[in-house]
Amino acid sequence: MERPLTKNIHAGRQPLSLKEYTTTGGYIALQQVLKNNTPQEVQQLVQKSNLKGRGGAGFNTGMKWSFVPMGADAPQPKYLIANADEMEPGTFKDRLLLEGNPHQLIEGMIIAAYAIQANISYVFLRWAYKKAARVLEQSIHEAYEAGWLGQNILGSGFSLNMHLHTGAGRYMCGEETALLNALEGKRATPRAKPPFPQVSGLFGKPTIVNNVETLCCVPHIVNNGAEWFQSLSYSEDSGTKIYGVSGKVNNPGAWELPIGVTMRELIEEHAGGMKKGYRLKGVLPGGASTDFLTEQHLDIKMDFKSVAAAGSRLGTGTMVVMDDATCPVGFVHNLQHFFAQESCGWCTPCREGLPWVEKILLSIEKGEGKQEDIDLLQMHTQLLGPGNTFCALAPGAMEPLQSAIKYFRDDFDRHIREQKCPY
Amino acid sequence: MLSKEEIQDIDHEAAKLPYKKAAVIEALKIVQQRRGWINDESVDDIARCLEMSAAEVDSVATFYNLIFRRPVGRHVILLCDSISCYVMGYKKIYEALQEKLKIRFGETTADQRFTLLPNACMGCCDRAPALIINGELYTDIETETLDDILLKYT
Ligand SMILES: Cc1cc2nc3c(=O)[nH]c(=O)nc-3n(C[C@H](O)[C@H](O)[C@H](O)COP(=O)(O)O)c2cc1C
Ligand code: SF4
Ligand code: FES
Repeated sequence: MERPLTKNIHAGRQPLSLKEYTTTGGYIALQQVLKNNTPQEVQQLVQKSNLKGRGGAGFNTGMKWSFVPMGADAPQPKYLIANADEMEPGTFKDRLLLEGNPHQLIEGMIIAAYAIQANISYVFLRWAYKKAARVLEQSIHEAYEAGWLGQNILGSGFSLNMHLHTGAGRYMCGEETALLNALEGKRATPRAKPPFPQVSGLFGKPTIVNNVETLCCVPHIVNNGAEWFQSLSYSEDSGTKIYGVSGKVNNPGAWELPIGVTMRELIEEHAGGMKKGYRLKGVLPGGASTDFLTEQHLDIKMDFKSVAAAGSRLGTGTMVVMDDATCPVGFVHNLQHFFAQESCGWCTPCREGLPWVEKILLSIEKGEGKQEDIDLLQMHTQLLGPGNTFCALAPGAMEPLQSAIKYFRDDFDRHIREQKCPY
Repeated sequence: MLSKEEIQDIDHEAAKLPYKKAAVIEALKIVQQRRGWINDESVDDIARCLEMSAAEVDSVATFYNLIFRRPVGRHVILLCDSISCYVMGYKKIYEALQEKLKIRFGETTADQRFTLLPNACMGCCDRAPALIINGELYTDIETETLDDILLKYT
Protein backbone atom coordinates (compact mmCIF):
# COMPACT_ATOMS: atom_id res chain seq x y z
CA MET A 1 0.00 0.00 0.00
CA GLU A 2 1.59 3.25 -1.10
CA ARG A 3 1.46 6.42 0.98
CA PRO A 4 3.02 9.03 -1.29
CA LEU A 5 1.99 12.08 0.76
CA THR A 6 3.10 10.89 4.18
CA LYS A 7 5.70 8.17 3.66
CA ASN A 8 8.44 10.51 4.83
CA ILE A 9 6.47 12.06 7.67
CA HIS A 10 7.10 10.46 11.03
CA ALA A 11 5.35 11.45 14.21
CA GLY A 12 7.58 13.33 16.61
CA ARG A 13 10.28 14.01 13.99
CA GLN A 14 11.31 17.42 12.72
CA PRO A 15 9.83 18.49 9.37
CA LEU A 16 11.76 17.39 6.30
CA SER A 17 14.48 19.89 5.49
CA LEU A 18 15.16 20.86 1.91
CA LYS A 19 18.06 18.43 1.83
CA GLU A 20 16.03 15.53 3.14
CA TYR A 21 13.24 16.36 0.75
CA THR A 22 15.52 16.37 -2.27
CA THR A 23 17.26 13.15 -1.27
CA THR A 24 13.86 11.46 -1.10
CA GLY A 25 12.97 12.48 -4.64
CA GLY A 26 11.81 16.02 -4.01
CA TYR A 27 11.84 18.71 -6.74
CA ILE A 28 12.42 16.10 -9.47
CA ALA A 29 8.85 16.57 -10.67
CA LEU A 30 9.36 20.32 -10.89
CA GLN A 31 12.56 19.96 -12.93
CA GLN A 32 10.85 17.49 -15.23
CA VAL A 33 7.89 19.79 -15.81
CA LEU A 34 9.95 22.91 -16.42
CA LYS A 35 12.16 21.07 -18.89
CA ASN A 36 9.73 18.87 -20.77
CA ASN A 37 6.14 19.99 -20.39
CA THR A 38 3.98 22.86 -21.52
CA PRO A 39 1.57 24.30 -18.96
CA GLN A 40 -1.32 22.74 -20.89
CA GLU A 41 0.30 19.31 -20.67
CA VAL A 42 0.48 19.62 -16.90
CA GLN A 43 -3.19 20.65 -16.75
CA GLN A 44 -4.14 17.68 -18.90
CA LEU A 45 -2.09 15.25 -16.85
CA VAL A 46 -3.73 16.37 -13.63
CA GLN A 47 -7.16 16.32 -15.21
CA LYS A 48 -6.56 12.79 -16.47
CA SER A 49 -5.38 11.64 -13.04
CA ASN A 50 -8.86 12.54 -11.81
CA LEU A 51 -7.48 14.32 -8.76
CA LYS A 52 -10.46 15.83 -6.96
CA GLY A 53 -10.19 18.77 -4.57
CA ARG A 54 -9.54 17.72 -0.99
CA GLY A 55 -10.94 20.93 0.53
CA GLY A 56 -14.47 19.59 0.75
CA ALA A 57 -16.24 20.10 -2.55
CA GLY A 58 -14.38 17.48 -4.58
CA PHE A 59 -14.12 19.28 -7.91
CA ASN A 60 -11.72 17.92 -10.55
CA THR A 61 -8.52 19.91 -10.06
CA GLY A 62 -7.18 19.82 -13.63
CA MET A 63 -10.58 20.93 -14.88
CA LYS A 64 -10.62 23.85 -12.44
CA TRP A 65 -7.19 24.94 -13.70
CA SER A 66 -8.39 24.76 -17.31
CA PHE A 67 -10.79 27.68 -16.71
CA VAL A 68 -7.89 30.09 -16.20
CA PRO A 69 -7.28 32.35 -19.22
CA MET A 70 -3.96 31.42 -20.85
CA GLY A 71 -1.70 32.94 -23.46
CA ALA A 72 -0.30 36.37 -24.15
CA ASP A 73 -3.65 38.16 -23.81
CA ALA A 74 -4.45 36.72 -20.37
CA PRO A 75 -4.70 39.30 -17.57
CA GLN A 76 -1.56 39.57 -15.45
CA PRO A 77 -0.47 38.81 -12.82
CA LYS A 78 -2.23 35.54 -12.13
CA TYR A 79 -2.29 34.05 -8.66
CA LEU A 80 -2.11 30.60 -7.11
CA ILE A 81 -3.23 30.19 -3.51
CA ALA A 82 -2.86 27.25 -1.15
CA ASN A 83 -5.83 27.16 1.20
CA ALA A 84 -4.33 26.25 4.57
CA ASP A 85 -7.10 27.79 6.65
CA GLU A 86 -8.27 24.38 7.94
CA MET A 87 -10.99 25.45 10.34
CA GLU A 88 -13.76 22.94 9.68
CA PRO A 89 -14.43 21.56 13.18
CA GLY A 90 -13.21 17.99 13.41
CA THR A 91 -10.57 18.48 10.69
CA PHE A 92 -6.87 18.08 11.31
CA LYS A 93 -5.31 16.71 8.14
CA ASP A 94 -3.59 19.67 6.48
CA ARG A 95 -1.70 20.39 9.69
CA LEU A 96 0.03 17.03 9.30
CA LEU A 97 1.19 17.88 5.77
CA LEU A 98 2.20 21.44 6.64
CA GLU A 99 4.21 20.55 9.71
CA GLY A 100 5.63 17.29 8.38
CA ASN A 101 6.72 17.98 4.80
CA PRO A 102 6.42 21.66 3.82
CA HIS A 103 8.51 21.34 0.64
CA GLN A 104 6.02 18.87 -0.78
CA LEU A 105 3.41 21.62 -0.65
CA ILE A 106 5.81 24.21 -2.03
CA GLU A 107 6.76 21.97 -4.96
CA GLY A 108 3.09 21.23 -5.64
CA MET A 109 2.36 24.95 -5.61
CA ILE A 110 5.17 25.77 -8.02
CA ILE A 111 4.00 23.10 -10.47
CA ALA A 112 0.38 24.25 -10.15
CA ALA A 113 1.45 27.88 -10.67
CA TYR A 114 3.39 26.83 -13.76
CA ALA A 115 0.34 24.99 -15.10
CA ILE A 116 -1.76 28.16 -14.96
CA GLN A 117 1.21 30.49 -15.54
CA ALA A 118 0.77 32.33 -12.26
CA ASN A 119 3.69 34.41 -11.05
CA ILE A 120 2.55 35.15 -7.52
CA SER A 121 1.51 32.61 -4.93
CA TYR A 122 0.28 32.73 -1.35
CA VAL A 123 -0.11 30.22 1.40
CA PHE A 124 -3.16 31.34 3.36
CA LEU A 125 -2.51 29.88 6.78
CA ARG A 126 -4.80 30.04 9.78
CA TRP A 127 -3.55 32.02 12.71
CA ALA A 128 -3.58 29.12 15.17
CA TYR A 129 -0.99 27.07 13.22
CA LYS A 130 2.07 28.70 14.76
CA LYS A 131 4.39 25.76 14.20
CA ALA A 132 3.33 25.42 10.57
CA ALA A 133 3.99 29.14 10.12
CA ARG A 134 7.56 28.80 11.40
CA VAL A 135 8.17 25.71 9.29
CA LEU A 136 6.75 27.29 6.13
CA GLU A 137 8.60 30.56 6.57
CA GLN A 138 11.86 28.65 6.82
CA SER A 139 11.07 26.33 3.90
CA ILE A 140 10.00 29.11 1.54
CA HIS A 141 13.28 30.83 2.36
CA GLU A 142 15.20 27.61 1.59
CA ALA A 143 13.36 27.21 -1.70
CA TYR A 144 14.34 30.75 -2.75
CA GLU A 145 17.97 30.09 -1.80
CA ALA A 146 18.01 26.90 -3.83
CA GLY A 147 16.54 28.64 -6.85
CA TRP A 148 13.20 26.80 -6.84
CA LEU A 149 11.46 30.13 -6.33
CA GLY A 150 12.21 33.57 -7.69
CA GLN A 151 13.09 34.84 -11.13
CA ASN A 152 13.66 32.56 -14.11
CA ILE A 153 13.51 29.27 -12.22
CA LEU A 154 16.18 26.85 -13.51
CA GLY A 155 16.58 29.00 -16.57
CA SER A 156 13.10 28.07 -17.74
CA GLY A 157 11.89 31.64 -18.11
CA PHE A 158 9.17 30.92 -15.53
CA SER A 159 9.19 33.10 -12.39
CA LEU A 160 7.28 32.68 -9.18
CA ASN A 161 7.18 34.52 -5.87
CA MET A 162 5.65 32.94 -2.79
CA HIS A 163 4.33 34.64 0.34
CA LEU A 164 2.98 33.32 3.60
CA HIS A 165 -0.15 35.07 4.86
CA THR A 166 -1.46 34.25 8.30
CA GLY A 167 -5.08 35.08 9.09
CA ALA A 168 -6.69 36.69 12.10
CA GLY A 169 -9.34 34.06 12.79
CA ARG A 170 -12.83 33.27 11.40
CA TYR A 171 -13.93 30.07 9.68
CA MET A 172 -15.24 32.07 6.72
CA CYS A 173 -11.69 32.78 5.54
CA GLY A 174 -11.52 29.21 4.24
CA GLU A 175 -14.31 29.77 1.71
CA GLU A 176 -12.37 30.57 -1.40
CA THR A 177 -13.88 33.91 -2.35
CA ALA A 178 -13.95 35.07 1.28
CA LEU A 179 -10.29 34.08 1.44
CA LEU A 180 -9.61 36.42 -1.47
CA ASN A 181 -11.30 39.28 0.38
CA ALA A 182 -9.27 38.48 3.50
CA LEU A 183 -6.06 38.56 1.46
CA GLU A 184 -7.10 41.93 0.10
CA GLY A 185 -7.43 43.18 3.68
CA LYS A 186 -11.21 43.22 3.76
CA ARG A 187 -13.88 41.57 5.85
CA ALA A 188 -13.96 37.91 4.86
CA THR A 189 -17.39 37.82 3.27
CA PRO A 190 -17.73 35.65 0.17
CA ARG A 191 -18.18 37.14 -3.28
CA ALA A 192 -21.16 36.65 -5.56
CA LYS A 193 -20.32 34.29 -8.42
CA PRO A 194 -19.91 34.71 -11.37
CA PRO A 195 -17.32 35.94 -12.05
CA PHE A 196 -15.46 32.90 -10.77
CA PRO A 197 -12.01 33.37 -9.22
CA GLN A 198 -10.41 31.46 -12.08
CA VAL A 199 -11.29 34.46 -14.24
CA SER A 200 -11.45 37.31 -11.74
CA GLY A 201 -10.06 36.52 -8.31
CA LEU A 202 -7.44 38.18 -6.14
CA PHE A 203 -7.20 41.90 -6.96
CA GLY A 204 -9.47 41.12 -9.91
CA LYS A 205 -6.97 38.80 -11.59
CA PRO A 206 -7.26 35.11 -12.53
CA THR A 207 -6.74 33.04 -9.39
CA ILE A 208 -6.75 29.39 -8.40
CA VAL A 209 -7.38 28.39 -4.81
CA ASN A 210 -6.59 24.80 -3.92
CA ASN A 211 -6.53 22.91 -0.68
CA VAL A 212 -3.15 21.94 0.82
CA GLU A 213 -3.72 18.20 0.40
CA THR A 214 -4.79 18.67 -3.23
CA LEU A 215 -1.58 20.53 -4.06
CA CYS A 216 0.57 17.97 -2.24
CA CYS A 217 -0.67 15.27 -4.64
CA VAL A 218 0.58 17.13 -7.70
CA PRO A 219 4.34 16.32 -7.63
CA HIS A 220 3.55 12.62 -7.21
CA ILE A 221 1.20 12.64 -10.18
CA VAL A 222 3.93 14.22 -12.30
CA ASN A 223 6.52 11.69 -11.14
CA ASN A 224 4.43 8.57 -11.46
CA GLY A 225 1.71 9.34 -13.99
CA ALA A 226 -2.06 9.57 -14.09
CA GLU A 227 -2.64 5.80 -14.27
CA TRP A 228 -0.50 5.21 -11.21
CA PHE A 229 -2.48 7.82 -9.28
CA GLN A 230 -5.74 6.17 -10.30
CA SER A 231 -4.44 2.75 -9.27
CA LEU A 232 -3.76 3.92 -5.72
CA SER A 233 -7.40 3.92 -4.73
CA TYR A 234 -10.00 1.24 -3.99
CA SER A 235 -12.64 3.10 -5.94
CA GLU A 236 -13.24 5.26 -8.99
CA ASP A 237 -11.88 8.36 -7.23
CA SER A 238 -8.13 8.47 -7.64
CA GLY A 239 -5.34 8.59 -5.14
CA THR A 240 -4.96 8.35 -1.42
CA LYS A 241 -6.67 10.47 1.21
CA ILE A 242 -5.69 11.63 4.63
CA TYR A 243 -8.50 10.26 6.73
CA GLY A 244 -8.96 11.06 10.38
CA VAL A 245 -11.06 9.96 13.32
CA SER A 246 -11.74 11.88 16.52
CA GLY A 247 -14.11 11.28 19.42
CA LYS A 248 -14.19 8.50 22.02
CA VAL A 249 -12.16 5.95 20.09
CA ASN A 250 -9.07 4.17 21.39
CA ASN A 251 -6.59 5.61 18.94
CA PRO A 252 -7.77 8.88 17.43
CA GLY A 253 -5.55 10.15 14.62
CA ALA A 254 -5.03 10.71 10.91
CA TRP A 255 -3.77 8.21 8.33
CA GLU A 256 -3.10 8.28 4.62
CA LEU A 257 -5.03 5.43 3.01
CA PRO A 258 -6.34 4.48 -0.42
CA ILE A 259 -9.51 6.38 -1.25
CA GLY A 260 -12.40 4.03 -0.72
CA VAL A 261 -11.46 2.29 2.53
CA THR A 262 -14.58 1.57 4.53
CA MET A 263 -15.72 3.55 7.49
CA ARG A 264 -15.53 0.33 9.50
CA GLU A 265 -11.87 -0.19 8.70
CA LEU A 266 -11.12 3.39 9.70
CA ILE A 267 -12.95 3.28 12.99
CA GLU A 268 -12.30 -0.31 14.04
CA GLU A 269 -8.78 -0.89 12.76
CA HIS A 270 -6.99 2.41 12.46
CA ALA A 271 -8.78 4.20 15.28
CA GLY A 272 -8.80 1.04 17.39
CA GLY A 273 -12.56 0.89 17.90
CA MET A 274 -14.71 2.61 20.49
CA LYS A 275 -13.34 3.22 23.98
CA LYS A 276 -14.48 0.69 26.56
CA GLY A 277 -18.00 1.31 27.72
CA TYR A 278 -19.03 3.40 24.70
CA ARG A 279 -20.99 2.49 21.61
CA LEU A 280 -20.98 4.27 18.31
CA LYS A 281 -24.16 6.20 17.80
CA GLY A 282 -23.42 8.45 14.84
CA VAL A 283 -20.61 9.70 12.62
CA LEU A 284 -20.02 12.97 10.80
CA PRO A 285 -17.94 11.46 7.99
CA GLY A 286 -16.19 14.60 6.74
CA GLY A 287 -16.26 17.37 9.31
CA ALA A 288 -18.90 19.51 10.99
CA SER A 289 -20.87 20.36 7.85
CA THR A 290 -21.63 16.82 6.71
CA ASP A 291 -24.76 14.74 7.34
CA PHE A 292 -24.70 12.12 10.09
CA LEU A 293 -24.27 8.49 9.16
CA THR A 294 -24.88 5.65 11.61
CA GLU A 295 -23.86 2.09 12.42
CA GLN A 296 -25.78 0.75 9.42
CA HIS A 297 -23.41 2.68 7.13
CA LEU A 298 -20.16 1.32 8.53
CA ASP A 299 -19.44 -0.74 5.44
CA ILE A 300 -19.70 2.05 2.90
CA LYS A 301 -16.58 3.12 1.08
CA MET A 302 -15.20 6.51 2.03
CA ASP A 303 -15.15 7.98 -1.47
CA PHE A 304 -17.06 10.91 -2.94
CA LYS A 305 -19.79 8.86 -4.62
CA SER A 306 -20.40 6.21 -1.96
CA VAL A 307 -20.68 8.66 0.91
CA ALA A 308 -23.03 10.80 -1.20
CA ALA A 309 -25.14 7.72 -2.03
CA ALA A 310 -25.46 7.05 1.70
CA GLY A 311 -26.85 10.59 2.13
CA SER A 312 -23.82 12.50 3.31
CA ARG A 313 -20.55 13.92 1.94
CA LEU A 314 -16.93 12.87 2.06
CA GLY A 315 -16.14 16.50 2.94
CA THR A 316 -12.67 16.72 4.42
CA GLY A 317 -12.50 12.97 5.15
CA THR A 318 -11.85 13.57 8.82
CA MET A 319 -14.71 12.12 10.81
CA VAL A 320 -16.14 12.90 14.19
CA VAL A 321 -17.59 9.95 16.08
CA MET A 322 -20.55 10.51 18.39
CA ASP A 323 -20.84 7.93 21.16
CA ASP A 324 -23.96 6.77 23.01
CA ALA A 325 -23.15 8.77 26.14
CA THR A 326 -23.13 12.07 24.24
CA CYS A 327 -26.47 13.83 23.87
CA PRO A 328 -27.29 14.23 20.16
CA VAL A 329 -29.23 17.43 20.86
CA GLY A 330 -26.27 18.90 22.73
CA PHE A 331 -23.95 17.74 19.96
CA VAL A 332 -25.99 19.44 17.26
CA HIS A 333 -26.41 22.52 19.44
CA ASN A 334 -22.63 22.77 19.67
CA LEU A 335 -22.37 22.61 15.87
CA GLN A 336 -25.07 25.23 15.32
CA HIS A 337 -23.49 27.51 17.89
CA PHE A 338 -20.32 27.35 15.82
CA PHE A 339 -22.07 28.06 12.53
CA ALA A 340 -24.16 30.90 13.97
CA GLN A 341 -21.05 32.49 15.41
CA GLU A 342 -19.09 32.14 12.18
CA SER A 343 -21.82 33.36 9.81
CA CYS A 344 -20.51 36.42 8.01
CA GLY A 345 -23.95 37.99 8.06
CA TRP A 346 -24.30 38.71 4.37
CA CYS A 347 -27.46 36.70 3.66
CA THR A 348 -30.56 37.06 5.78
CA PRO A 349 -31.50 33.35 6.05
CA CYS A 350 -28.07 32.52 7.42
CA ARG A 351 -27.61 35.58 9.63
CA GLU A 352 -31.07 35.37 11.20
CA GLY A 353 -31.78 31.67 10.83
CA LEU A 354 -28.72 30.15 12.46
CA PRO A 355 -29.04 32.00 15.80
CA TRP A 356 -32.71 31.02 15.85
CA VAL A 357 -31.82 27.37 15.26
CA GLU A 358 -29.18 27.58 17.96
CA LYS A 359 -31.70 29.02 20.43
CA ILE A 360 -34.31 26.38 19.70
CA LEU A 361 -31.78 23.60 20.17
CA LEU A 362 -30.60 25.10 23.45
CA SER A 363 -34.14 25.25 24.79
CA ILE A 364 -34.78 21.64 23.78
CA GLU A 365 -31.53 20.59 25.41
CA LYS A 366 -32.47 22.39 28.63
CA GLY A 367 -35.84 20.65 28.72
CA GLU A 368 -37.87 23.68 27.67
CA GLY A 369 -38.68 22.51 24.15
CA LYS A 370 -42.12 22.23 22.56
CA GLN A 371 -43.26 19.73 19.96
CA GLU A 372 -43.61 22.52 17.35
CA ASP A 373 -39.92 23.25 17.74
CA ILE A 374 -39.09 20.19 15.64
CA ASP A 375 -41.20 21.60 12.80
CA LEU A 376 -39.43 24.92 13.14
CA LEU A 377 -36.06 23.22 12.90
CA GLN A 378 -37.18 21.26 9.87
CA MET A 379 -38.43 24.43 8.24
CA HIS A 380 -34.98 25.95 8.68
CA THR A 381 -33.28 22.98 7.04
CA GLN A 382 -35.31 23.90 3.94
CA LEU A 383 -34.94 27.69 4.16
CA LEU A 384 -31.19 27.60 4.76
CA GLY A 385 -30.65 24.79 2.27
CA PRO A 386 -28.71 24.90 -1.00
CA GLY A 387 -29.56 27.76 -3.34
CA ASN A 388 -30.81 30.24 -0.76
CA THR A 389 -27.49 31.70 0.34
CA PHE A 390 -24.32 33.13 -1.18
CA CYS A 391 -22.02 30.48 0.21
CA ALA A 392 -22.09 26.92 1.46
CA LEU A 393 -21.84 27.76 5.18
CA ALA A 394 -25.57 27.76 5.86
CA PRO A 395 -26.44 24.70 3.74
CA GLY A 396 -23.47 22.94 5.35
CA ALA A 397 -24.79 23.81 8.79
CA MET A 398 -28.15 22.25 7.93
CA GLU A 399 -26.65 18.89 6.96
CA PRO A 400 -25.92 17.58 10.47
CA LEU A 401 -29.18 19.11 11.73
CA GLN A 402 -31.49 17.49 9.20
CA SER A 403 -29.81 14.11 9.58
CA ALA A 404 -29.83 14.33 13.38
CA ILE A 405 -33.57 14.83 13.30
CA LYS A 406 -33.86 11.89 10.93
CA TYR A 407 -31.70 9.42 12.87
CA PHE A 408 -32.05 10.62 16.45
CA ARG A 409 -35.65 11.81 16.44
CA ASP A 410 -36.36 9.75 19.57
CA ASP A 411 -33.79 11.74 21.45
CA PHE A 412 -35.33 15.04 20.43
CA ASP A 413 -38.81 13.78 21.35
CA ARG A 414 -37.67 12.47 24.72
CA HIS A 415 -36.16 15.84 25.65
CA ILE A 416 -39.47 17.49 24.86
CA ARG A 417 -41.65 14.84 26.50
CA GLU A 418 -39.65 14.56 29.70
CA GLN A 419 -38.76 18.28 29.77
CA LYS A 420 -35.16 17.44 30.61
CA CYS A 421 -31.99 16.13 29.05
CA PRO A 422 -31.98 12.35 29.50
CA TYR A 423 -28.18 12.19 29.17
CA MET B 1 0.60 57.51 18.01
CA LEU B 2 2.22 54.63 16.18
CA SER B 3 5.85 54.05 16.98
CA LYS B 4 8.55 54.30 14.36
CA GLU B 5 8.98 50.50 14.37
CA GLU B 6 5.27 49.95 13.95
CA ILE B 7 5.13 52.29 10.98
CA GLN B 8 8.17 50.62 9.49
CA ASP B 9 6.66 47.15 9.84
CA ILE B 10 3.37 48.29 8.37
CA ASP B 11 5.10 49.96 5.43
CA HIS B 12 7.08 46.79 4.86
CA GLU B 13 3.84 44.76 4.59
CA ALA B 14 2.11 47.38 2.46
CA ALA B 15 5.00 47.38 -0.02
CA LYS B 16 4.24 43.75 -0.91
CA LEU B 17 0.70 44.59 -1.97
CA PRO B 18 -0.81 46.40 -4.94
CA TYR B 19 -2.43 49.02 -2.70
CA LYS B 20 -1.88 50.15 0.86
CA LYS B 21 -5.30 49.35 2.25
CA ALA B 22 -4.74 45.66 1.64
CA ALA B 23 -2.26 45.64 4.52
CA VAL B 24 -4.84 46.57 7.14
CA ILE B 25 -5.09 43.11 8.75
CA GLU B 26 -1.31 42.94 8.94
CA ALA B 27 -1.24 46.43 10.43
CA LEU B 28 -3.76 45.48 13.10
CA LYS B 29 -1.72 42.41 13.96
CA ILE B 30 1.50 44.43 14.13
CA VAL B 31 0.01 46.96 16.54
CA GLN B 32 -1.72 44.31 18.65
CA GLN B 33 1.49 42.32 18.91
CA ARG B 34 3.10 45.27 20.67
CA ARG B 35 0.19 46.69 22.64
CA GLY B 36 -1.92 43.65 23.43
CA TRP B 37 -5.09 45.09 21.94
CA ILE B 38 -6.40 47.69 19.51
CA ASN B 39 -7.84 50.83 21.09
CA ASP B 40 -9.73 53.61 19.29
CA GLU B 41 -6.62 55.67 18.92
CA SER B 42 -4.80 52.81 17.19
CA VAL B 43 -7.73 52.46 14.80
CA ASP B 44 -7.38 56.14 13.88
CA ASP B 45 -3.61 55.86 13.56
CA ILE B 46 -3.75 52.81 11.30
CA ALA B 47 -6.42 54.51 9.19
CA ARG B 48 -4.18 57.53 8.68
CA CYS B 49 -1.16 55.38 7.94
CA LEU B 50 -2.98 53.34 5.27
CA GLU B 51 -5.05 56.20 3.88
CA MET B 52 -8.43 54.79 4.72
CA SER B 53 -11.28 55.81 6.99
CA ALA B 54 -11.34 54.79 10.65
CA ALA B 55 -14.73 53.15 10.08
CA GLU B 56 -13.22 50.95 7.40
CA VAL B 57 -10.39 49.90 9.70
CA ASP B 58 -12.85 49.18 12.48
CA SER B 59 -15.09 47.12 10.21
CA VAL B 60 -12.13 44.86 9.56
CA ALA B 61 -10.88 44.89 13.15
CA THR B 62 -14.26 43.81 14.49
CA PHE B 63 -14.70 41.05 11.91
CA TYR B 64 -11.71 38.96 12.95
CA ASN B 65 -12.02 37.29 16.32
CA LEU B 66 -8.30 37.37 17.04
CA ILE B 67 -8.07 41.13 16.77
CA PHE B 68 -8.98 42.37 20.24
CA ARG B 69 -10.90 45.64 20.45
CA ARG B 70 -11.00 45.48 24.23
CA PRO B 71 -8.12 45.26 26.71
CA VAL B 72 -6.90 41.76 27.48
CA GLY B 73 -4.77 40.37 30.27
CA ARG B 74 -1.06 39.59 30.00
CA HIS B 75 -1.88 36.09 28.78
CA VAL B 76 -4.79 35.09 26.57
CA ILE B 77 -6.21 31.59 26.99
CA LEU B 78 -8.17 30.32 24.00
CA LEU B 79 -10.16 27.21 24.87
CA CYS B 80 -11.47 25.13 21.97
CA ASP B 81 -15.25 24.79 22.22
CA SER B 82 -15.81 22.96 18.91
CA ILE B 83 -17.27 19.55 18.34
CA SER B 84 -14.49 17.05 19.05
CA CYS B 85 -13.49 18.95 22.16
CA TYR B 86 -17.17 19.03 23.13
CA VAL B 87 -17.35 15.24 22.87
CA MET B 88 -14.10 14.87 24.81
CA GLY B 89 -15.29 17.14 27.60
CA TYR B 90 -14.04 20.71 27.13
CA LYS B 91 -16.84 21.82 29.45
CA LYS B 92 -15.09 20.18 32.40
CA ILE B 93 -11.95 22.09 31.55
CA TYR B 94 -13.97 25.28 31.30
CA GLU B 95 -15.50 24.67 34.71
CA ALA B 96 -12.08 24.03 36.21
CA LEU B 97 -10.72 27.23 34.67
CA GLN B 98 -13.68 29.21 35.97
CA GLU B 99 -13.05 27.89 39.42
CA LYS B 100 -9.30 28.51 39.37
CA LEU B 101 -9.33 31.93 37.74
CA LYS B 102 -12.78 33.18 38.81
CA ILE B 103 -13.56 34.37 35.30
CA ARG B 104 -15.90 33.27 32.55
CA PHE B 105 -15.47 33.46 28.77
CA GLY B 106 -14.81 37.04 27.72
CA GLU B 107 -13.46 38.11 31.10
CA THR B 108 -10.07 39.08 32.48
CA THR B 109 -8.77 38.27 35.96
CA ALA B 110 -8.63 41.17 38.41
CA ASP B 111 -4.81 41.04 38.44
CA GLN B 112 -4.76 41.29 34.61
CA ARG B 113 -2.97 37.97 34.41
CA PHE B 114 -5.37 36.01 32.18
CA THR B 115 -8.13 36.64 29.67
CA LEU B 116 -10.25 33.59 28.83
CA LEU B 117 -11.88 33.24 25.42
CA PRO B 118 -13.61 30.44 23.53
CA ASN B 119 -12.12 29.57 20.14
CA ALA B 120 -13.21 27.37 17.25
CA CYS B 121 -11.50 24.07 16.38
CA MET B 122 -7.73 24.21 16.64
CA GLY B 123 -7.04 21.41 14.20
CA CYS B 124 -5.87 18.84 16.74
CA CYS B 125 -9.20 17.13 17.31
CA ASP B 126 -7.46 13.76 17.73
CA ARG B 127 -5.85 15.17 20.86
CA ALA B 128 -8.89 16.91 22.34
CA PRO B 129 -9.55 18.82 24.48
CA ALA B 130 -7.17 21.56 23.42
CA LEU B 131 -6.30 25.11 24.39
CA ILE B 132 -3.86 27.78 23.31
CA ILE B 133 -2.10 30.25 25.61
CA ASN B 134 -0.24 33.13 23.92
CA GLY B 135 -0.02 31.08 20.73
CA GLU B 136 1.32 27.96 22.48
CA LEU B 137 -0.81 24.85 21.89
CA TYR B 138 -1.67 22.38 24.66
CA THR B 139 -3.51 19.14 23.87
CA ASP B 140 -5.09 16.20 25.71
CA ILE B 141 -5.85 18.59 28.55
CA GLU B 142 -7.03 17.13 31.82
CA THR B 143 -8.28 19.12 34.79
CA GLU B 144 -5.35 17.70 36.78
CA THR B 145 -2.74 19.09 34.41
CA LEU B 146 -4.20 22.58 34.21
CA ASP B 147 -2.31 23.97 37.20
CA ASP B 148 1.06 23.00 35.76
CA ILE B 149 0.21 24.75 32.51
CA LEU B 150 -1.08 27.93 34.15
CA LEU B 151 1.97 28.15 36.39
CA LYS B 152 4.13 28.89 33.37
CA TYR B 153 2.36 32.20 32.87
CA THR B 154 2.88 34.83 35.52
C1 LIG C 1 -17.46 28.17 5.04
C2 LIG C 1 -16.44 27.45 4.24
C3 LIG C 1 -15.17 27.19 4.76
C4 LIG C 1 -14.20 26.53 4.03
N1 LIG C 1 -12.98 26.29 4.60
C5 LIG C 1 -12.02 25.66 3.87
C6 LIG C 1 -10.72 25.43 4.43
O1 LIG C 1 -10.45 25.78 5.57
N2 LIG C 1 -9.78 24.81 3.67
C7 LIG C 1 -10.06 24.42 2.38
O2 LIG C 1 -9.17 23.87 1.71
N3 LIG C 1 -11.26 24.62 1.83
C8 LIG C 1 -12.25 25.23 2.53
N4 LIG C 1 -13.48 25.47 1.96
C9 LIG C 1 -13.66 25.08 0.55
C10 LIG C 1 -13.12 26.18 -0.36
O3 LIG C 1 -14.15 27.11 -0.61
C11 LIG C 1 -12.66 25.66 -1.71
O4 LIG C 1 -13.66 24.87 -2.25
C12 LIG C 1 -11.40 24.83 -1.65
O5 LIG C 1 -10.36 25.53 -1.03
C13 LIG C 1 -10.98 24.48 -3.04
O6 LIG C 1 -9.85 23.66 -3.03
P1 LIG C 1 -9.87 22.21 -3.67
O7 LIG C 1 -10.53 22.32 -5.02
O8 LIG C 1 -8.44 21.85 -3.77
O9 LIG C 1 -10.64 21.33 -2.74
C14 LIG C 1 -14.48 26.11 2.70
C15 LIG C 1 -15.75 26.35 2.18
C16 LIG C 1 -16.73 26.99 2.92
C17 LIG C 1 -18.07 27.22 2.32
S1 SF4 D 1 -24.38 31.71 3.86
FE1 SF4 D 1 -23.87 32.72 5.77
S2 SF4 D 1 -21.65 32.73 5.79
FE2 SF4 D 1 -22.25 32.32 3.65
S3 SF4 D 1 -22.36 34.35 2.69
FE3 SF4 D 1 -24.39 33.95 3.50
S4 SF4 D 1 -24.36 34.91 5.55
FE4 SF4 D 1 -22.24 34.70 4.91
S1 FES E 1 -12.61 20.42 17.88
FE1 FES E 1 -11.17 21.12 19.35
S2 FES E 1 -9.34 20.97 18.21
FE2 FES E 1 -10.82 20.39 16.71
